[in-house]
Amino acid sequence: MYDKKKLAAIAARRKKWQEEDLASNHRKSPPRLDRFSTVSDEEIDLLYTPDSLSNFDYEEDLGNPGQYPYTRGVQSTMYRGRLWTMRQFAGFGSAEDTNARFKFLLSQGQTGLSTAFHFPTLMGYDSDSPRAKGEVGMCGVAVDSLKDMEILFDGIPLDKVTTSMTINGPAAMVFAMYLAVAEKQGVPFRKVGGTIQNDILKEYIAQHSWIFPPEPSMRIITDILAYCADNVPRWNTISISGYHIREAGSTAVQELAFTIADGIAYVQAGIDAGIPVDKFAPRLSYFFNAHMDFFEEIAKYRAARRMWARIMRERFHAKDENSWKLRFHTQTAGCTLTAQQPMNNVVRVALQALSGVLGGTQSLHTNSMDETMALPTEQAVTVALRTQQIIAEESGVANTIDPLGGSFFVEQLTNEMEEKAMEYIRKIDEMGGMVAAIKQGYPQREVADAAFHFQRLVDAGKKRIVGLNAYESQEGTPIPLLKIDELVEKQQVARTREVRRRRNAKKARACLSALKEGSLTPNVNLMPLLVDAAREYVTLGEMCDTLRETMGVYTDPAMF
Amino acid sequence: MAKGKGAAATSKKAVRKIRILVGKPGLDGHDRGAKIIARALRDAGVEVIYTGLHQTPEMIVSAAAQEDVDGIGLSILSGAHNYLFPRILQLLREKKMGDVVLFGGGIIPDDDIPKLLKKGVDRVFTPGTPIQEIVDYVNERIRPRK
Repeated sequence: MYDKKKLAAIAARRKKWQEEDLASNHRKSPPRLDRFSTVSDEEIDLLYTPDSLSNFDYEEDLGNPGQYPYTRGVQSTMYRGRLWTMRQFAGFGSAEDTNARFKFLLSQGQTGLSTAFHFPTLMGYDSDSPRAKGEVGMCGVAVDSLKDMEILFDGIPLDKVTTSMTINGPAAMVFAMYLAVAEKQGVPFRKVGGTIQNDILKEYIAQHSWIFPPEPSMRIITDILAYCADNVPRWNTISISGYHIREAGSTAVQELAFTIADGIAYVQAGIDAGIPVDKFAPRLSYFFNAHMDFFEEIAKYRAARRMWARIMRERFHAKDENSWKLRFHTQTAGCTLTAQQPMNNVVRVALQALSGVLGGTQSLHTNSMDETMALPTEQAVTVALRTQQIIAEESGVANTIDPLGGSFFVEQLTNEMEEKAMEYIRKIDEMGGMVAAIKQGYPQREVADAAFHFQRLVDAGKKRIVGLNAYESQEGTPIPLLKIDELVEKQQVARTREVRRRRNAKKARACLSALKEGSLTPNVNLMPLLVDAAREYVTLGEMCDTLRETMGVYTDPAMF
Repeated sequence: MAKGKGAAATSKKAVRKIRILVGKPGLDGHDRGAKIIARALRDAGVEVIYTGLHQTPEMIVSAAAQEDVDGIGLSILSGAHNYLFPRILQLLREKKMGDVVLFGGGIIPDDDIPKLLKKGVDRVFTPGTPIQEIVDYVNERIRPRK
């Protein structure tokens, strides 16, 4: 991109500057730190100049927004056309409680819904299971049957609002219930839009809400890919998630690498299941973390888009441009928030959100300041939503596309990020792909090592966290916290038992035996069977138990 | 003679390492903290048994009995601590293991901490605690039981 002679002159002048000017100034005012590095502990140079990018090619490395390789964004208008979707993750207590929170958020200008389920649902247990004791409604909303789903979306038209659902092990079952609600509202499946996370590989690596072992889990996922391609074309079938990998302690490069490697595994599985790549790939989406190191994060999103475009075109020979585009949701990093001086979290979240926006995200969740202590109060979540609105409407950063494009630093960081992530992907390919790598515990170990390394840096004061190991103060928690009433569990257990009593027992039983039969037959798509079961108020726990019998369960390898 | 036996027991006691069970009760899968603590304790010379995820109180107490541990460290995020911690204490007492020290940490609101301590939890660590503080606590507070 640059004239060779000019580059050589710039490099020479820089060398001279570094040896003379800088060296003498450093004697007077030495560097603050022995070593400058990102939050992932990648070394950072003191200055980036055009010669850092000597082989940079505008067309090949950046291109225009909406064009291959999409480094500058997947849409040609980006936020000048439409702002990102503001999608706060919400869910607590009963379906009624969460429905009220949904309506509150929509009334405050939120533009999409995102559902947090409680742990028993995430693990495929009903609220009256002994495993659920003490956990009902605590960390998300309890959804046991279609009844709960109907209440959750009461008064919310499913053809007008898109919903994201953070659900993985039982993604197919929860999705089936959502479709059954749409049907009851009279909304045809082809008009239903939204996302199920449905990213089981990430669960084995990091988040750990799984049910079945990898192979049967992958079969359920390819069933969803095929079913949606034919019946629910607006649905994002997998939200391939780096978010939780990062929360578990990975570096930015690991987040990028393992997430894209998971994506590769899903595309390969879809192709192996006989679905043409362009039929399902356009509906795959991504989900990344927005961590604390501003530029490292921006580089990560830009690198992700470019990598995916190249992988889809060159490795999988996808023809449809929509298969090449990496669309992603971003959530600010919960793990960076501190319980100490919690108001500071508002500032952290603002910076993280800004990196997501400058990175070109399609949808954003901003964490609330109180989330290291509890689920957000209405006041805290409002501030978090307002943070997005201020970035969107007041800061001016949404007025031009990819404003950091061409920054020597950002482009260099983007290149490095891609190179290092591709190195990981090559390693995983050599192991036989992500499923094989997970079985060897490879990504799990890499993440645990990185988490431990970072904790050591913090404890040694080498990474400073305001309020935690710098500028500490003794003040207590000055903000109110949300409490979940213990009555929720009693009421939820009663409701689920009532649902089982009132439904057509014969039909429910028939659905479960059809599901069992189907799971034993490789070419049967399980989705229609699950939708049938959801309609008959078969509970999530019953569906999952049936499949546990035929598919087995995954147990934690418990390594540290 | 009694004295001699006591001395032998003391020297044996000095040799035996502290044994800690690091447990993840309940259904949440957030084990970053548990794994970091497990590693740090192991590096500090403590014998660590990690239960892995999704453990019921019964599973944790039975592993603690089997491994003959001196202390149990629980990590929890799900909000179910008010049920799970006391339930584990109750099972320990039922198994005559009341002298096993139970401590924990995770996402636990300040208001709940005095209640947990009153029920017999020895110590609750809040988010942001340096790992060395937990290692020191274990070394100072917990002794091999026999």
